[in-house]
Amino acid sequence: MPKDSGIGASSKRREDLRFLTGNGKYTDDVNVAGQSHAVFVRSDLAHGRIESIDVTEAEAAPGVLKVFTAKDFEGVGGVPCGWCVTDKHGEPMQEPKHPVLAEGKVRHVGDPYAVVVAETLDQARNAAELIDADITELPAVVNMKDALKDGATKVHDDLTSNLCYDWGFVEENKGAVDEAIRNAHHVTTLELVNNRLIANPMEPRVAVGEYDPWKDEHTLWTTSQNPHVIRLLMGAFVLGIPEHKLRVIAPDVGGGFGTKIFHYAEEAFCTFAAKALKRPVKWTCTRSEAFMSDAHGRDHVSKIELAMDESGKFLALRTDTYANMGAYLSTFAPSVPTWLHGTLMAGNYITPLIYVNVKAVFTNTVPVDAYRGAGRPEATYQLERVVDKAAREMGIDPVELRRRNFINKDQFPYDTPVAVTYDTGDYHATMDKLLEISDRDGFAARKAESAARGKLRGYGVAHYIEACGIAPSNLVGQLGARAGLYESATVRVNATGSISVMTGSHSHGQGHETSFAQVVADMLGIPEEQIDIIHGDTARTPMGMGTYGSRSIAVGGSAMVRATEKIIAKAKKIASHLMEASESDVEFANGQFTVAGTDKSVAWGDVCLAAYVPHNYPLEDIEPGLEETSFYDPANFTYPSGGYCCEVEVDPDTGKVDVVAFSAADDFGNVINPMIVEGQVHGGVAQGIGQAVLENCVYDENGQLLTGSYMDYAMPRAYDVPMFTVDHSCQTPCTHNPLGVKGCGEAGAIGSPPAIVNAVLDALNDFGIDHIDMPLSPQRVWAAMQDAKSGA
Amino acid sequence: MTTITMRVNGKDVSAPAEGNTLLVNFLREDLKLTGTHVGCDTSQCGACVVHVNGVAVKSCTMFAEDAAGAEVSTIEGMANADGSLGTIQQAFQDYHGLQCGFCTPGMVMIAADLLRSNPTPSEQEIRDHLEGNICRCTGYHNIVKAIQAASGQDVSAVAAE
Amino acid sequence: MYAFDFVKAASVEEAVSALASGEAQALGGGQTLIPTLKARLADPGTLISLAHIDSLKFVRAGDGMVEIGGGTTHATVAAETAQTYPGLADLAGRIGDPSVRNRGTIGGSLANNDPSACYPAAALGSGATIVTNSREIAADDFFEGMFATSLEEGEIVTAVKFPIPEKSHYEKMAQPASRFPLVAVFVAKFADGVRVAVTGASNDGVFRWAEAEKALSADFSVAAVQELKHSDDDMIADLHGTAAYRAHLIGVMTRRAVAQMV
Repeated sequence: MPKDSGIGASSKRREDLRFLTGNGKYTDDVNVAGQSHAVFVRSDLAHGRIESIDVTEAEAAPGVLKVFTAKDFEGVGGVPCGWCVTDKHGEPMQEPKHPVLAEGKVRHVGDPYAVVVAETLDQARNAAELIDADITELPAVVNMKDALKDGATKVHDDLTSNLCYDWGFVEENKGAVDEAIRNAHHVTTLELVNNRLIANPMEPRVAVGEYDPWKDEHTLWTTSQNPHVIRLLMGAFVLGIPEHKLRVIAPDVGGGFGTKIFHYAEEAFCTFAAKALKRPVKWTCTRSEAFMSDAHGRDHVSKIELAMDESGKFLALRTDTYANMGAYLSTFAPSVPTWLHGTLMAGNYITPLIYVNVKAVFTNTVPVDAYRGAGRPEATYQLERVVDKAAREMGIDPVELRRRNFINKDQFPYDTPVAVTYDTGDYHATMDKLLEISDRDGFAARKAESAARGKLRGYGVAHYIEACGIAPSNLVGQLGARAGLYESATVRVNATGSISVMTGSHSHGQGHETSFAQVVADMLGIPEEQIDIIHGDTARTPMGMGTYGSRSIAVGGSAMVRATEKIIAKAKKIASHLMEASESDVEFANGQFTVAGTDKSVAWGDVCLAAYVPHNYPLEDIEPGLEETSFYDPANFTYPSGGYCCEVEVDPDTGKVDVVAFSAADDFGNVINPMIVEGQVHGGVAQGIGQAVLENCVYDENGQLLTGSYMDYAMPRAYDVPMFTVDHSCQTPCTHNPLGVKGCGEAGAIGSPPAIVNAVLDALNDFGIDHIDMPLSPQRVWAAMQDAKSGA
Repeated sequence: MTTITMRVNGKDVSAPAEGNTLLVNFLREDLKLTGTHVGCDTSQCGACVVHVNGVAVKSCTMFAEDAAGAEVSTIEGMANADGSLGTIQQAFQDYHGLQCGFCTPGMVMIAADLLRSNPTPSEQEIRDHLEGNICRCTGYHNIVKAIQAASGQDVSAVAAE
Repeated sequence: MYAFDFVKAASVEEAVSALASGEAQALGGGQTLIPTLKARLADPGTLISLAHIDSLKFVRAGDGMVEIGGGTTHATVAAETAQTYPGLADLAGRIGDPSVRNRGTIGGSLANNDPSACYPAAALGSGATIVTNSREIAADDFFEGMFATSLEEGEIVTAVKFPIPEKSHYEKMAQPASRFPLVAVFVAKFADGVRVAVTGASNDGVFRWAEAEKALSADFSVAAVQELKHSDDDMIADLHGTAAYRAHLIGVMTRRAVAQMV
């Protein structure tokens, strides 16, 4: 029987009540008395030298309070980067300044060089058109390989080149990897593009800044996944505001997917301008503006070589990747193609030797940073595509080739050759489950049925490794992170026994308000309704690192468990006093404290009341009150894994790909709320379908963004996806966190793109096509079939 | 500025507005009904869907003046009289048809529009009717399932939870 | 948006006289114009809303003809021509999305003549007559290239008269992002011949495919157009499809439309 509450129950989400009735409070719903409106003036050139900006006429326009340009930000810091990658020679990456407003040059379409603040939005927009900016167009660098050529135009004149870093991992293995590839029975080589994506949470970004001169206090409401991180980065590095004078609130946030992790110039601007103008300042991003100012995702170009012996055993893997950073380094950008990507290149396989080279490149495009999966989808895509290609070349069934190389369940903990240790897993089990739920045996009949309708049907699988729960602070510190990656929780028990839990994990769709309450309720044996989860406000919650890197339940949940354990320990002390029993004899279950072997008992509520009304209380031993805080720093990442299967139908006349079935067999370890977990998988898979079939951010050779709206950037819609078959019954619990959870993270978005592409290529098997780059748009698939027919 | 009067969720309301005021801005800014959201500027995402005289429209692509005198329904008017969730809203909660909640008002309104004209839609009919409403979180699976359930259809056989 | 005066015309006459004065622009359902205004790509001093002119909203059938008022929404056309002209109803019922279909109007769509719009294919494919406040224009004379028509400044589409064919079908390949036609073909079989109109494909906007019309008029079968290929000269080429791909799709969509009709 499924549980009806606590850990493992599909508790209905409490946050839904406000969202379903129009009572959510999103940042754009925040309006502060006396607020003014900011409009950013953005470059329509990819690259240009700012000769002059004349704001005289704009500042004289009706309602205008002030027009800001870079000169107003002299003495203000740049938008910082939170991770410094060291290159293969041991040198730090090249790190250009990212000014709040463009200084000297504009470096991508959308780079802001002025801001108008006016009484109304229309007045600000009108005045923005009166700014006279003299900007001389410079040649743009868009293609990464061109950007690295000698004599290429430099995005940043003060850097030696457009190369941010040249990273080798594990550098000491390179010689051995090269040799193994030279001597192998067979080497499968694949060149591919991981297409650039635009995150597109449905809520565009918003920032509202307010300043109280009498308290010298700043408040920023912002659409962020991690308000404390914004407070730290903006306060310490950009504006020089101490934390106790800066409150950052991220209320209901309408989706993040990574792009709302980062600290953006607009946040710093609104905070800065609110003080400068002594007026609240609000900025609401339009969708068109979001396309050219939200950090983009992916955009890797890779070559992968996989060496095998006669039996298909993997001997060595070598990858060579160009990773686009865009024009500036966004908050966590350098970590994505390196530590979040190279460390996952072993996948689910025993590959004794691996070498990963990544060249990160500056171009005249929007900055690129973590997007749904951040590095892991790029790693999995390369690996699961090259394995499928290898299977064809070796004449081995693709499932069988994977099985021959899987790490077996008795080999955990498993040290990969790329510096990480997987704690648990059972890849054969998830593969077995996948073949069952995807009905592989019935595929031939389905293919025949599709053929009768003139469609080419294909079946593709992929097996992924995800790394959730970023991350041990000491480890990431060694790898270049400029922050710790613990999480915090305060459990505040109120006098009548209700509980407020303050967590640093922000919820923007993940349902923490429900699932976190389930954990605490389960531990205390009290109803979930007695527990509230509070997040998203630096003034109400302890310092926390926020929600990204698939870390909330594994790290944030663990902090909450630790704090709750402290609560239980103290409550037992109080209960032992009330029952006049030895503390060691006190047991706690189902909200009742009892003394073993007696009929003595005291209820949770009585203990809570005693803690706050300590008339009969061991004041000599313990303090009154019942509130505990924990900061949890994980011992390792967690490693969810799973097998994904896609079935497609390809229309041979038009090239259109329809995803007709999708199955996912995941191992997330223990699961708190199965309903929520399945929803996370559904969403990730839909984004994977988007990446594989529909979505593509395209720049032309001049750096103009060709996909600047939903008219050209293809978002997955309801009829683009099928019903999904998802299963998470294979569970190998995590060994190093108290809940045994791995988290579902971005599994859906990681495992699905290669499964889809493999399925399409299976459908096109008769054409002899061995690769098509994503997205597999009708045009591309049709062109590939044409080329194959004509022998091109 | 002219004063615009309309009937919103059964109540007569009026407020002064400029000629270029969109219905969504009139609702959000003048009437403080912030449940209706703006997710794009090309009339594609559907977060702003409301009903005008009984049919779904994108309130970001209609001027408030053109809705003067009309009956307008928004997400704020979808609950039962006692404040409990209406049938569609309840199905969205029961079947986890929402995550971040931003597209949800539009989804509920377009679902109501569908069920009014087609009380027992097929899965394909539901997906087709959602063409102009984008969700980035749910992968649509549970939205489709919730709408089927709200129409009284048995969804126990629908894949997964 | 720039500021403008908003005028709700109560009659065609009122709208026409308002449009005659300076920088006024007519507003139909606004499904194209409003996004254009938001992007500040248009700056009309006055917007004349046609949405409240009841005489522009009707669907009438008779004498082998369906006549539709210029202010009739796509949803209304889809519902009210389902019996009389199912091919047209099907086309109207797949324009945009349900919410767009409740606002967008046939007059607005034809006057805009987006090269990827659906209605121009129906009008040209049916040999419709576009009725304005001042004259009647044959569809063959109405469309004059991308976003261009023979409408004069301030002229309003008041109705469209569609001759009802024996059979018709609209086959659409959607552009993956906008869901407008990447290429779509409207085939209409009349007693005296077949008309084939193509939208989404050409830099010149909607057009008739003469070779296909000739072949199908002689032999209305898929086989008649099986080997027919459209030239890729002047086809739209963009990130969603090359000229060659669009030319290829014209053939595919035409054959599929015919296959639905035989």
